[in-house]
Amino acid sequence: MNTLLRLLALIKKELYAILSDPKSRKIVVLPVLIQGVILPLAATLEVKNAALGVRNEDAGGASVELVQRLGASAAFTRIIPLRDEREVASALDAQEALAVVGFPADFSKRLDTMDPAPIQVLLDGRRSNSGQIAAAYIAEISAGYFAERAGAKGVRGGVEPPVVSHRYNPNLDYTWFVLPSIVAIILTVSSLILTGLSVAREREQGTYEQLLVSPLTPGMIMVGKGASAFVVGMAQSTVVILLAVFVYGVPMHGSLALLYAAAALYFVTLAGFGLLISSVCMTQQQAFLGAFAFMMPAILLSGFATPVENMPEWLQFLNEANPIRHYIVILRGIFLKDASAAFVLRHAAPLFLIAACTITLASVFFRRRMG
Amino acid sequence: MSEPAVILEGVSKGFAGLSRPALTALSGRIQAGMISGVVGPDGAGKTTLLRLMAGLLKPDAGGVRVFGRDPAEEAGPLRMQVGYMPQKFALYEDLTVLENLALHADLRAVTGADRERAFARLLEFTDLNRFTRRMAGKLSGGMKQKLGLACSLLGRPRLLLLDEPGVGVDPISRRELWAMVQQLAREGIAVVWSTAYLEEAESCDEVLLLNEGRLLFDGKPGAFTARLGARSLHLRGLAGCRRRALRRVLKFPEVSDGVIQGRSVRVILREGAKAPDPAGVDDADGSPYWVPVEPRFEDAFIDLLGGGPGGGSRLAERMRARAPTGDTLIEAESLTKRFGDFAATDRVSFSVKQGEIFGLLGPNGAGKSTTFKMMCGLLTPTAGRARVMGLDLQRSAGRARQRLGYMAQKFSLYGNLSVRGNLEFFSGIYGLHGARQRAAIASMLEAFHLEPFLEVRTDSLSPGFKQRLALACAVMHEPDILFLDEPTSGVDPVTRREFWSHINGVVERGVTVMVTTHFMDEAEYCDRIGLVYRGRLVAMAPPDELKAAAATDARPDPTMEDAFIELIRRHDSP
Repeated sequence: MNTLLRLLALIKKELYAILSDPKSRKIVVLPVLIQGVILPLAATLEVKNAALGVRNEDAGGASVELVQRLGASAAFTRIIPLRDEREVASALDAQEALAVVGFPADFSKRLDTMDPAPIQVLLDGRRSNSGQIAAAYIAEISAGYFAERAGAKGVRGGVEPPVVSHRYNPNLDYTWFVLPSIVAIILTVSSLILTGLSVAREREQGTYEQLLVSPLTPGMIMVGKGASAFVVGMAQSTVVILLAVFVYGVPMHGSLALLYAAAALYFVTLAGFGLLISSVCMTQQQAFLGAFAFMMPAILLSGFATPVENMPEWLQFLNEANPIRHYIVILRGIFLKDASAAFVLRHAAPLFLIAACTITLASVFFRRRMG
Repeated sequence: MSEPAVILEGVSKGFAGLSRPALTALSGRIQAGMISGVVGPDGAGKTTLLRLMAGLLKPDAGGVRVFGRDPAEEAGPLRMQVGYMPQKFALYEDLTVLENLALHADLRAVTGADRERAFARLLEFTDLNRFTRRMAGKLSGGMKQKLGLACSLLGRPRLLLLDEPGVGVDPISRRELWAMVQQLAREGIAVVWSTAYLEEAESCDEVLLLNEGRLLFDGKPGAFTARLGARSLHLRGLAGCRRRALRRVLKFPEVSDGVIQGRSVRVILREGAKAPDPAGVDDADGSPYWVPVEPRFEDAFIDLLGGGPGGGSRLAERMRARAPTGDTLIEAESLTKRFGDFAATDRVSFSVKQGEIFGLLGPNGAGKSTTFKMMCGLLTPTAGRARVMGLDLQRSAGRARQRLGYMAQKFSLYGNLSVRGNLEFFSGIYGLHGARQRAAIASMLEAFHLEPFLEVRTDSLSPGFKQRLALACAVMHEPDILFLDEPTSGVDPVTRREFWSHINGVVERGVTVMVTTHFMDEAEYCDRIGLVYRGRLVAMAPPDELKAAAATDARPDPTMEDAFIELIRRHDSP
């Protein structure tokens, strides 16, 4: 009881310190606004109004019709006819075209005889993300065309070509994809910065010693600092979740309880990192740099913008230790497809492990740094 | 007399966000060929005044003339004539002594053969020849100030502005600095030496005494102390407790101020008052008697401010009395702390009994705070043991620390919380809540006169009130042991007396106090003091014994500083 009251005094002080100081208030409020408003607009993952190169050696009508269909889609508003290999290379090289589609000379003939008719798709590897999306569009449009032709001819026994439909995000609306990740990023930034700076700030101001000579144990100080940052982090996440659902119209299919439970677990993991950084840094500046040194690669590797599956295997393996990577999977799962508790638990298991490690390390260093 | 180096006419200067101006309508003169002291407690406006003379600030009103020019408008021609040594050294800690000198020489365009000659002269003058390749950051406090002085002397200035050169300097180096500056004054330089140590004022040729931005006195220090006449007295022959004697003496209406000096009580009588009958002051069977003594600068200062704060302590009155047990509560056993090859604390041993005031006395950087932090469990000793109540505080449970009060050297409360916020937080983490918490906070507000500032952000309090609040936060939970690290640094002499009234009061209640100070005169309040010098405990005894041990034929009645210097001399050359 007494311990709890002492802890409450500490939490109250921490919250007051975060919210009463204009500077730290800015750190709490601004990122939420900036990331919540600007990131969904800027981090577009759609391919729109791109240019498509076409190298057509086929004399038949099928290739022409398919090219028209490609050109009619919202993805490709400009078709660049290319005469030879040299032009293909220069179109991609100068980034005039995002992708080039090549039709072999016997394309129409093969289609007529129901032989497999391959199309070549060349992508700009420098824009691999948009390139992949473009390739998917091309595959989808041509598959639709093939299916139509097969249907029109009434081919017996013809294989029904696959029709791609994106479940969970049928219209491939990128905000659906981005906003759940932003919840993760905001929680990451605020938990790391708040916990990371809190001890360093006290060290800088000389108040840390005053805490250490008090009856508070290092464990209680850790819990107090973590708890106050937790309150702030949850409030920030709530704002972004509300933004996502009510402003950007992202469907919230899953259970809110699961969402917050996952956020709480994720927060503890990150607070472990933050307190670890804090316990080895003497100044706020060091802590800030330390937090960023962790945050930048962790966010980049998280699958927030680039698919984890495209990374080299050894990096994917290392990435298992990256808490954001797991959390984003959970968030997208809950938001977009009403993930089951079992799904969440399976992806939360690594988080439990990481949290256990960071919290243990942080408490060891917390004690050690007293000397 | 020749034309003054500096003329100040009605100078005022304020800063945004401060409730009162840093300087108000100040007029005065700085003469060439002498040391002018700018004297006053912290926050009196000394640094502002020096920066105005250096041309770094412009006055809001009034005029500053240095050698007939306006230092802010005509910085160019004055730059070579004015040397300024800021309070925080204008040294680059990662550069060597020589590189620092070279940098300052470049800034002042001292080049070629002139530079060689100037370096040779200044290194000789400051006795830094042996250390030219040492990093400035690794110099002792005294050597840093000498290097700072050397840098400010490049280009042969005619006016030398020294902002608190005596801070962080051991008494021996301080005397060396004084000797250097006196020589410079003899060469015709106008020297301005600012200081918060009132006893340094007595060594100046002229004094500008500042308090809260106002000029209290301008003239020779002797003229200032002479105002007191024969009103400074010692009460000697006390056999009983001198702290209780002081409290009783301060109750006499004739007495305006009193402090403890060793076995005696030093008092100032009010103007026109006669010394009261000392019978009944002593609580043992001594026979106290008055002896007139030479007045000090500080006596006159306190008298001018209307006397001391009285001897009562509302803080002690509300504390419960602890039965005397005679136990040893604090113990250091050849305590050592090394940082690399530098021993900040070197084999220090002492013990403190319940109800005692034990003081560690020494200049800044001598190792007091390091020793202190090891005692409180904030630093791990390299060797030796630190025990409080028989426990190592670094490993002990929170329950042991509950009995402890700690006041750090640097102000260490939460600046962005209000006074109330800090009091609530510290009482809260010490387990006070509900009615007990409210009562404790109310009595702290009363004891330390903090009510008017209840909702004020702690950052914007004056230094004196910050320290009061820090002490309040350290004692709110009624600790049995108080660790006070430089509790009175940055505090004016009147508030210092108030602090000591509280400390004396709580010790009367059986609280044990360990305190560090670099004010030599404050050591007199302690039951026993340890002299700390370059990490070593040079001597340990009651203040009077230390002074008696250092007495020589030439100086039969040494001050604490004399004693310190004498004991260090003996320690260095046994």
